[in-house]
Amino acid sequence: MADFSVSDSSAAAADAARVRALASFKAGDRLFQGLTTLAAVTVLLVLGGIIISLSIGAWPAISAFGLDFLTTQRWAPNARPQAVLGGLGPIYGTLITSVIALIIAVPAGLGIAVFLTELCPQWLRRPIGVAVELLAGIPSIIYGIWGFFVLGPWLADTIEPAFVNAFEGVPILGSIFDGPASNLSLFNASLVLAIMILPFVTAISRDVFSTVPPVLKEAAYGLGCTKWEVVRRVVVPFTRVGVIGGIMLALGRALGETMAVTFVIGNSFRISGSIFAPGTTISAAIASEFAESRDLHQSALILLGLLLFVLTFFVLAAARLMLMRLERKQGV
Amino acid sequence: MNPLYARRRRTSTVAMALCVAATAFGLAWLVLILATLFWNGLAGFSLDVFTQMTPPPNTSDGGLLNAIVGSLILTVLGIGVGAPIGLLAGTFMAEYGRYSKLTSLIRFINDILLSAPSIIIGLFVYGAIVVPMGGFSGLAGAIALAVIALPVVVRTTEDMLLLVPIQLREAAAALGMPRSHVIKRITWQAARTGLITGLLLAVARISGETAPLLFTALSNQFWSVDLLKTMANLPVTINNFINNPDPNWKRLAWSGALIITMAVLALNILARSLSAGRQSK
Repeated sequence: MADFSVSDSSAAAADAARVRALASFKAGDRLFQGLTTLAAVTVLLVLGGIIISLSIGAWPAISAFGLDFLTTQRWAPNARPQAVLGGLGPIYGTLITSVIALIIAVPAGLGIAVFLTELCPQWLRRPIGVAVELLAGIPSIIYGIWGFFVLGPWLADTIEPAFVNAFEGVPILGSIFDGPASNLSLFNASLVLAIMILPFVTAISRDVFSTVPPVLKEAAYGLGCTKWEVVRRVVVPFTRVGVIGGIMLALGRALGETMAVTFVIGNSFRISGSIFAPGTTISAAIASEFAESRDLHQSALILLGLLLFVLTFFVLAAARLMLMRLERKQGV
Repeated sequence: MNPLYARRRRTSTVAMALCVAATAFGLAWLVLILATLFWNGLAGFSLDVFTQMTPPPNTSDGGLLNAIVGSLILTVLGIGVGAPIGLLAGTFMAEYGRYSKLTSLIRFINDILLSAPSIIIGLFVYGAIVVPMGGFSGLAGAIALAVIALPVVVRTTEDMLLLVPIQLREAAAALGMPRSHVIKRITWQAARTGLITGLLLAVARISGETAPLLFTALSNQFWSVDLLKTMANLPVTINNFINNPDPNWKRLAWSGALIITMAVLALNILARSLSAGRQSK
């Protein structure tokens, strides 16, 4: 009897311990799931926080200038009786430097991707790929000081005068490539940006190029196509959406790049037709003026930041949608 | 040879030559930038850089000790805040919410944050933390860096956890392991190398960031480890010293630029070799 009762009670104790253990597992499970969900939602909160914080900061400038902000070139924070602040100069600079950077980086990046996927011997692919990607690892400020001390003076001595002389007197082109050559210029900033986004264009193009089924390329080669014809007529059409997505991603980067541009662009709010003249971009204007700004001036800079964020948001969203469409196509 | 064939072959040769030229163009910049850095950075390099404080203007000695220590503190704090949140968020996306709409939305937003301009993050932290706290602080700088590190960690965590075979999880669950244990003991362990790679990439990303620190941590000429005051850090010190006519400051700025670039590139290469080792296995 006694034996039974002992084993009974020990069994009951074991049961209770098991129930407790299960309950603690369950509680731990729920806690962990709750934590991960909370962390995941934090990502959304960050985005919401950015939009709210910038909107609040920009509100005084929005109510003071309204839509005129987008069409006014004058930037006079100390004007009396009230500061006159227009964002046209930095917006123009942001767009023009990004576009020129794309014009330089896209052909070069595609060229490198073709080299890496079609021409390069297998053992060299990885080292060269990594070397190009290291360009993306170099901090932005390093590009800035290099552009300021090395690239700028060199451009002003060689490339810029050559262009100015070549196009002198030609209508339109003459004013785009108008002198005098300057160390700090939109063109210098564009070239630095081009170098910085080159790895992004290269990496994504290389990745999407390698998704082309070998049998497609082999069939083209079997028909007697040359390497160029295979790239031009098979690889590029097959991967067009992905390549455009990659270019948009690079554009998003170029639009918001800050330190590198701040060093080499000259921070002039006046719009000049020539790409060899100084200018400014949204991010450069914020970086160089924000610390000393106050009141309406600061609010106007935050408004510029908000515009930049909205602009990059749409560019990056478009890029992601394109790349996602490509992934889905592959998945099927 | 048929002239048409000759022309096609010529076109192809020219195009391929241009591709080789493009590669040379890309690599040339890397070489040029690194050469400039070594040339100017090593010129004024000495042990003092690591042992002395940043000097006042117009002296001939001094180093970057306070800036280096400040950068380390900011980076460690930034990762310390950003990485755990990122790890948990990535875990949610790959484990609990793998097929939910919320995950698609978070992935989309996260990818945008990943490429969002870092200066915008700086403005956000300025408005959300610097203004309410009443001044620039190391804490604000660390939070700005955490916001930048977060999407990097989320992205790599999700990618790496998705690579873990589902059978591993099923086997563990069949043994009666609770789900949170399966994730912590099995999935994370299996993806360990990948998770460390992501962490290293996040460190590399934030240790060179300058723009978001300009109006959060600001910088400091002196030794300070008080998180509620401005804190010296390498990128902003470089930014302030490089354009100064004082040759000593300029020398230190180049030395700092060399240190920071080497550190970031070393982290990048380490991360890549880790992930390459995993792939070849």
